[in-house]
Amino acid sequence: MTASSASDDGGERLLDAEAIARVIRRLAVEIVEQTGGVSRLALVGVRRGGVPLAQRLAAEIERAEGVAVPVGSVDIALYRDDAATALPDPKIGPSEVRFSVDGRDVVIVDDVLQTGRTIRAAIDCLLDYGRPRRVWLAVLCDRGGRELPIAADFVGRVLDLDAGTRVDVVFDGEGAPRVTVRPRVDPRGAGGSR
Amino acid sequence: MSERPWTQRHLLGIEGLTADAVRHVLDTAEAFYEVSRRPVRKVPTLRGKTVLNLFYEASTRTRTSFELAGKRLSADVVNISVAQSSVSKGESLYDTVKTLEAMRPDVVVLRHEASGAADYVAQRIRASVINAGDGQHEHPTQALLDAFTIRRHKGRLEGLIVTICGDVMHSRVARSNALLLRLFGAEVRVVAPRTLMPVGMETYGVRVFDALEPALEGADVVMVLRIQRERLQGALLPSLREYARTFGVGTRTLARAKPDALVMHPGPMNRGVEISPEVADGPQSAVLEQVEAGVAVRMAVLYLLAAEPGEQVGA
Repeated sequence: MTASSASDDGGERLLDAEAIARVIRRLAVEIVEQTGGVSRLALVGVRRGGVPLAQRLAAEIERAEGVAVPVGSVDIALYRDDAATALPDPKIGPSEVRFSVDGRDVVIVDDVLQTGRTIRAAIDCLLDYGRPRRVWLAVLCDRGGRELPIAADFVGRVLDLDAGTRVDVVFDGEGAPRVTVRPRVDPRGAGGSR
Repeated sequence: MSERPWTQRHLLGIEGLTADAVRHVLDTAEAFYEVSRRPVRKVPTLRGKTVLNLFYEASTRTRTSFELAGKRLSADVVNISVAQSSVSKGESLYDTVKTLEAMRPDVVVLRHEASGAADYVAQRIRASVINAGDGQHEHPTQALLDAFTIRRHKGRLEGLIVTICGDVMHSRVARSNALLLRLFGAEVRVVAPRTLMPVGMETYGVRVFDALEPALEGADVVMVLRIQRERLQGALLPSLREYARTFGVGTRTLARAKPDALVMHPGPMNRGVEISPEVADGPQSAVLEQVEAGVAVRMAVLYLLAAEPGEQVGA
């Protein structure tokens, strides 16, 4: 999930639009190479931050390979490990996987990987749509701090940051794409720690 | 993002809800509608929660709908039909509820023939209470699922003309729907024989008609109510055939509504009485979609209530 209010104020810029574009081009190449071609490939973005990223990756793959790979999205609200004890999510979006995942290589795409809890939930959600041949994980930033045994297969940038910071990825919103880091203000904020 | 449009601990009626709260339930239900169309129609969200379906009146579809909703959320669902158990042994609603509370349910879904029963229980129990129909008072999840169905077809509720026809007098569905639709500024018309129209319906902000065709003129949505034979003791109606002739919605009368008017019925239908088979099965009928919407809306309500137990005690 990306924060919305972050602009340039106070945040230290880690990646600018140019750097992000380069990272995405590289990730697209790696994904095609390692998953063994585009014929059975699909991308699934984790709502909301992972979705525009998945679309950009798909566009990049299509540009390079001439094939449009299917893109879906999953909303993990109903799969959170604290779903029954925390407050209900203020907004649940529908997941959209409009293709059969059976037998495919599905790449889960998210913007920031930290605890791994979101990805655990995303995997569970994905498997309710069928049985992929293999599930992969691509993230724009890996900032460490894992609380589950989860690792990304494709990483845009590894960030070495204090636990008390928050990474904001602005990709689809106001202004140029950017990744910024700033001190965490609200510990219950918009999911930066998940 | 931190705004909380839903702050209720119980769902006792549409009365007292804001338009924002209703919109939030409908938006949340969209996500659950999608869940019911997946290969695996189940999410782990309410694992370890217990939902008690406590039904004092016979009801197959509402009870099944709540049961399915709870199960698709991975809650443990227990169905208790009290008509067959303790009431016949003389136990009061209070005692039954206290007994059930000892089983530590998180949500109690209550259907009861007495208006106000859900309110009564909500004040005496720690669990969240969902009113699944209390006497002639309210049936909020029916109104929510109807609104969900209308919104899916018309894209909005605001400004629509909705005609509710039939046994308005005995209908908690009519009352809840009128309250909800008025929240969104829809024009609500009710039409019934005079003997089946309660006095003071105008206080709900609805237009009252005593003839079907003028009430259907230009309607976007036609909600047909069931003639509740079991409640019609005495001489409220001359005969069902007479009713079908003057108030039954058929192809000819439906033509007075807009060409794309949506036809709805809460079920079960008396075909050939309040609705003709041609209309019930016709292209404008949304009756089966209402059933599907019911599960999604009830999942949303269960999620919103069960996920924060006792968060606002005394609210």
